[in-house]
Amino acid sequence: MIYLDNAATTQVRREVIEAMLPFLDKKYGNASSLHSMGQEAKVALERSRESIAKVLKAEPNEIIFCSCATEANNLALKGLAFEAKKQGKNHLIVSRIEHHCVLHAAQWLEENGFEVTYLPVDEYGFVDLGELERAINEKTFLVSIMYANNEIGTIEPIREVVKICQENSVPLHSDAVQAFGKIPLYTKGIDMLSLSAHKIYGPKGVGLLMKRKELRIQPLLHGGGHEFDLRSGTENVAGIVGFAKAMELALKEMPRESKRQAKMRDKLIKNALQIPESRLNGHPKKRLPNNANFSFRYVEGESIVMKLNELGIAASTGSACSSPKLEPSHVLLALGLAPSEAHGSLRLTLGRFNKMKDINYTIKVLPKVIAELRAISPFWNR
Amino acid sequence: MYNEKVLQHFKKPANMGKIKNASGVGRVGNIVCGDVMWLYIKVGKNKKGKEILKDVKWQTFGCVAALATSSIVSNLAKGKTIEEALELSNEKIVKQLGGLPPTKMHCSILAVDALHEAIYDYLKRNNKPIPEKLQKKHEKLQKELKEIEKRYKDFLKLEKRLSE
Repeated sequence: MIYLDNAATTQVRREVIEAMLPFLDKKYGNASSLHSMGQEAKVALERSRESIAKVLKAEPNEIIFCSCATEANNLALKGLAFEAKKQGKNHLIVSRIEHHCVLHAAQWLEENGFEVTYLPVDEYGFVDLGELERAINEKTFLVSIMYANNEIGTIEPIREVVKICQENSVPLHSDAVQAFGKIPLYTKGIDMLSLSAHKIYGPKGVGLLMKRKELRIQPLLHGGGHEFDLRSGTENVAGIVGFAKAMELALKEMPRESKRQAKMRDKLIKNALQIPESRLNGHPKKRLPNNANFSFRYVEGESIVMKLNELGIAASTGSACSSPKLEPSHVLLALGLAPSEAHGSLRLTLGRFNKMKDINYTIKVLPKVIAELRAISPFWNR
Repeated sequence: MYNEKVLQHFKKPANMGKIKNASGVGRVGNIVCGDVMWLYIKVGKNKKGKEILKDVKWQTFGCVAALATSSIVSNLAKGKTIEEALELSNEKIVKQLGGLPPTKMHCSILAVDALHEAIYDYLKRNNKPIPEKLQKKHEKLQKELKEIEKRYKDFLKLEKRLSE
C-alpha cells in the first residue's frame, strides 16, 4: 500500500517503539507509586516532560499530557471558559476551519450560555485578521486559531494573530497538531498549544496541551490530581516516552524532511493539475510541505478514494458521502467552494516513509481514475 | 464498510451510459447532498405483446453505494414489464446487494426513485394512464426537490454559474 494519508495518522517509527517497549514490559510501574518501580516510571515521565518543554520553549510545568489532541483542544476551550466565567467573561473566537473538536466544543459552549464568533477565511483558508480585531471585545476570554489546517494544509499567519491578541490582552490557543515537525513553530506569545503524538510517527492515545503557567484553567477530568490537577488519570508512561522520542526525532529531521516532502508535493500538484477541471485547494505556497488537496469536478470523492484504494493508494476526501453526517467538508465550504467541488475533493498527505516512486505511480494512475468516474457521471458530457 | 458484492458492482458497474432517444428519463438526487442519478429506459414489447424495459442505462455522480445501487437496479429492471419494474423496492435492492452501511441506505432509495421517475416520464410522454401510487411518488419527489432548491438557493445559483 502506498500510504498518502499521513494527516490522518502515521506509522510509529522503530526508534519510538523501542523507547516505549520497556515501559510496557518490565518498567510497568504506576508513576504515582512510592516504590522503586513507581519512581522509575515517574522519572521517565518527568524526563519526557522536560525534553518536550525544551522543544516547545516552555517550562516543564506548562506541559499537560492527555489522551489526544481532541482532549487537549477541549481542555483548552472548556477549561478556560469555566475559569473565565468567574471573571464575567463569556466570549470565544474560533476560525471556521478549525478541526471538529474545536468547532463542536465551541458549539457546545454556545449551547451552554457562552458566545462564540466564528471567523471567516479567504479563498485560501487564511483567517480574516481584520475580522479578528473587530470581533475581540471586553468579554472575550480566548481566541483559538489553528497553526495549519488539517485538510488543505494552509499555514495561518500566527505571528499576526499573536500580535493582535497581545495588543488586546486576550489569550491565544492554537491547535498545532498538523504543523509540528513540518514547519518551525513560533510558540512565543501562544498561551495554549495542542499537539498529538500519532501525527508525528508516535503512538495513538497521547496528546498534550502546553499551557502558560500564568493562565488558570479548570480540569475536565477530576480525580487523583495528576498533571498539576488539570488532568487526572494514571499517566500513559509508555505513550508519553514515545511522544517525547517522536518529537525529538521529528524536530531533528525537519529541515531535511520538509524539503524532501515539499519536492514530492510540488510534483504531485503540478501533475494532478494537468487533469482538466481540477483545482488546488489551499494556498499554493503557504501550505504544509506534506499536503496536497484537489477538487475534481463532476466526480465524487468517496469513489475516487475507493478507486485509488483498489490501486493500492491510501487517500482521503472531504466529500459528504464519506462523512457520517453526509455533509461536505466545512473547511472546503468555508473557502467558498460549491458543494459539488467539495464532493470531488481528494487529500493526499505525505510522510517520511514516502518515496518519489510513490508519487510517480500516483500521478500515473490518478488521471485514469478521474476519467473513469467522469465517464459515468451525468455532468461530464465531453 | 462495504461488502464484497457492493464493491464488485462498484468495480465493474453494469449498464452505465446513456440511451439515445430514450423512451423515458428519470433524474433524481441533488448535487448539494452529493448524489445525482440519471436513469434512461428504452421501452419495447415482449413476445406476448406486453411492454417491457428493453434497455436500462444510467449515469451517476456519487459514492460507492450510489454507483453500486445504480448498477444493480439497472440489472434488475432490464427485461422486466413496467408493472414488475414498479414493484422493485429499496428493500429488494439492499437485499440483492447483501446489505448497505446504515448511512448509505438513502442511496438505494435514490436508485429506485430514478427508475420509477423514468417510467413516469415514459407514461406521461405517451399519454398513458399513470398508476395512482406512481403519481403520488412523483409529486412527493417534486416537492422534495423544490424544498431542497429553496434551502440551498445560494449554492444552486453557484452550481448553475459553474456549469455554464
